[in-house]
Amino acid sequence: MHIPDGFLSAGVWVPAWGISIGFLSVFIRKAAAIFKDKMIPLAGVMAAFIFAAQMLNFPVAAGTSGHLLGGVLASVLLGPWIGGVVITVVLIVQCFIFSDGGVTALGANILNMAVVGSAGSFFIYNAIAAAFKYNKTGILMGAAIAAWMSVVLASVLCALELGLSDIVPTATAIVAMGLVHSLIGIGEGAITVLIISFILRARPDIIYKFQDQWEEKK
Amino acid sequence: MRAKEILIALTVALLLAVFISPFASNFPDGLEKVAEDKHFIENAGNNFLPSCFGDYSFPFFKNEALQTALAGFLGVVIVFLTAMLCAKGIKAIKEKV
Repeated sequence: MHIPDGFLSAGVWVPAWGISIGFLSVFIRKAAAIFKDKMIPLAGVMAAFIFAAQMLNFPVAAGTSGHLLGGVLASVLLGPWIGGVVITVVLIVQCFIFSDGGVTALGANILNMAVVGSAGSFFIYNAIAAAFKYNKTGILMGAAIAAWMSVVLASVLCALELGLSDIVPTATAIVAMGLVHSLIGIGEGAITVLIISFILRARPDIIYKFQDQWEEKK
Repeated sequence: MRAKEILIALTVALLLAVFISPFASNFPDGLEKVAEDKHFIENAGNNFLPSCFGDYSFPFFKNEALQTALAGFLGVVIVFLTAMLCAKGIKAIKEKV
């Protein structure tokens, strides 16, 4: 749902930039507080993987495709703050190197996909996982639900931005975007759970909640 | 992460971006489809700062699959390095405090 230039009015994309920059500075500050050296390569690898995965469009319905957003995947492993930064980096590279997503619209795209889609959705995952005391069921269920919701919520916010820009009636946009992204969200949930369950088996210590157990084996 | 693990993960990303992406669905994504259906797709303008790799293409090559594959390779490398740089920046901020 990378919004191109020309869809949003200045009355929407300018404040969106302001809000995103505000959130990003909070993310960076909070990320610095919890930062551990091992997050450097993990952030690099996650960003690279998510960028690659976002290139893999899969058909969902009637001539429409979707692709992984990866926000919850990033935040389950790196936490909300660095997760949000990772998605932001992907969006910035996509925008400036590949013209995927507009430059004026980048603020809104960051707001939708990094702030809501990654950082915000982390808290949905976390609440569910915590209720299960972070056992395997809780983590996977939390990840699945948060992943689905991250896509739907981001798309609804996107629809709101389009409606406020007067390019399409808001209600029409919300219904249309929400419906198709409810389908795409199923793919997001499935892929996210697949990957997290693999990680739980192979390297459970790189999940953000368990990172204190992460010891660099020499 | 040990170097070997980083390499494996990066290789997976590269394999996806280089060999799988040319086969990705060409259908418009959710937003594009809505924009087409509700007739505002025409409003999409060119980026204010157009790039020579626009739309995951790669100049000098005619074959579309090859263009996508090369764009994928380039993107994975750039994103990996940029993300690591940003993470190092966050570490630097932490140490200044």
